[in-house]
Amino acid sequence: MTAALSIRDMLVMYEDFAALNRVSLDVDLGESFGIVGESGSGKSTLLRAITGLASFHSGSLTVNGRSYSGRKRDKEFYRTVQMVFQDPYGSLHPRQTVDRLLLEPLTIHGFDNVDARIARALDEVGLGSGFRFRYSHQLSGGQRQRIAIARALIVEPKILLLDEPTSALDASIQAEILNLLEQARRDRNLTFVMVSHDLGVISHMCERLTVMKAGEVVETVPVEALERRQLSADYTRQLMVASEGFRRD
Amino acid sequence: MTPLLTVDDLRVSFPTRTGTVEAVRGVSFTLGRERLGIVGESGSGKSQTGRAIMGLTPSQADVRARKLRFGDMDLLAISSKERRLLRGKRLAMILQDPKYSLNPVMTIGRQIVETLKTHERISSKEARTRVLQMLEAVQINDPERVFDLYPHEVSGGMGQRAMIAMMLVCGPDLLIADEPTSALDVTVQLEVLAILDKLVSERGMGLIFVSHDLRLVSTFCDRVLVMYAGRVVEELSSANLDQAQHPYTQGLLNCLPRIGSDRHPLPVLERQKEWAE
Repeated sequence: MTAALSIRDMLVMYEDFAALNRVSLDVDLGESFGIVGESGSGKSTLLRAITGLASFHSGSLTVNGRSYSGRKRDKEFYRTVQMVFQDPYGSLHPRQTVDRLLLEPLTIHGFDNVDARIARALDEVGLGSGFRFRYSHQLSGGQRQRIAIARALIVEPKILLLDEPTSALDASIQAEILNLLEQARRDRNLTFVMVSHDLGVISHMCERLTVMKAGEVVETVPVEALERRQLSADYTRQLMVASEGFRRD
Repeated sequence: MTPLLTVDDLRVSFPTRTGTVEAVRGVSFTLGRERLGIVGESGSGKSQTGRAIMGLTPSQADVRARKLRFGDMDLLAISSKERRLLRGKRLAMILQDPKYSLNPVMTIGRQIVETLKTHERISSKEARTRVLQMLEAVQINDPERVFDLYPHEVSGGMGQRAMIAMMLVCGPDLLIADEPTSALDVTVQLEVLAILDKLVSERGMGLIFVSHDLRLVSTFCDRVLVMYAGRVVEELSSANLDQAQHPYTQGLLNCLPRIGSDRHPLPVLERQKEWAE
């Protein structure tokens, strides 16, 4: 199997604090890979270091056969890798219409036929052309997240990084967004790297997962291990118990 | 025996530029010294129900009810001064995010002392002792240190414990918890819930637990009201969650991804117009 994304000994420092402490992982082409952990475990930092939103100080990053370092990424990188953020209220420009939001990545990457592409992108995420000239404040949380997904997919990436894409949404809307993501992955043979604190979501969406704590990888297991509860790390078991709800002893 | 709280046909509406929005449309229930969950998605009116009971509805809104009684007291008939005396003393509320609900420029200890001194004639020394005891009761290991910390110096879990301490220090009869653990990490959530559970049962309070998380609420409460579009569509005892009758409740339970269940695509909720009628 070829690796879509390969990380070796990645170190991210904020002054004296190691937010990521020599993290290594490989994500195969076409795989859906989950990352779980509590706040401060470094799971979001990892995605940010991959995309160049945070700089990594040592270690290596290989994406689709090309190496990257620090926080410099070329255009080719952003054609290959796109990201969907947690908060659909914060990740869309408030003064741009949906049309402008979707046009920008197309212009940057020099796509032709932009009109048809925008129309198709809206269709794909289940929003009709009626949404094209609205502002993000005229949309619900679920609709905004659909726009954010459309914006990521419109440049035809190969890898999609998802940072808690449904944790700000109601349970019923979460199901719709998860179905949409799965459909997009099947249609386009995408590779997913998905961060979540919800083991149920990860188990539904992913084939393998890695558990992080305090900037380090605790363990990486196939998702079946969750079902069979074959988890070696105490911390993973703790997360497992927490996902089952409150229990009175 | 008079129930602790009687809510009969509660309605909360907000005037807006495009007409009146009815956030709560005829909610009725009674509460004894038990744990009641109110569940619904955003906009279902669950938080506004809790706020109306507390008397924290914004002033432009209109609150009506056939009955809104706390013990023998008619909450809609008493003056705002009398309601202020109730709040913090006999009725208390825990909000979602300690980052926003604690006063950022007062130390944790001072804010709890303030609550206590508002409602009781008590010396500063005695107040401090009571607050330290309360901080210990919410399992803060070194209450002396935390007493002098500002909210930004503690973690979310610690902040929420301080919030619980502040709300329980006057020994209320009824506690309303509006998404008390949604801003916390999953592992911390259970710790905070365990503390809340212990204190509520030890002190024999009534609890209203407002949340969007049906599973969590059902493991915590004795019974659950499910709200949709401002109304209660179903009341369930927590043990019989799987016998939910209303299609909305069934849909909510079904659409959650679970470990070990292989359902692709996930069933989604098909909203019916008549649910809102």
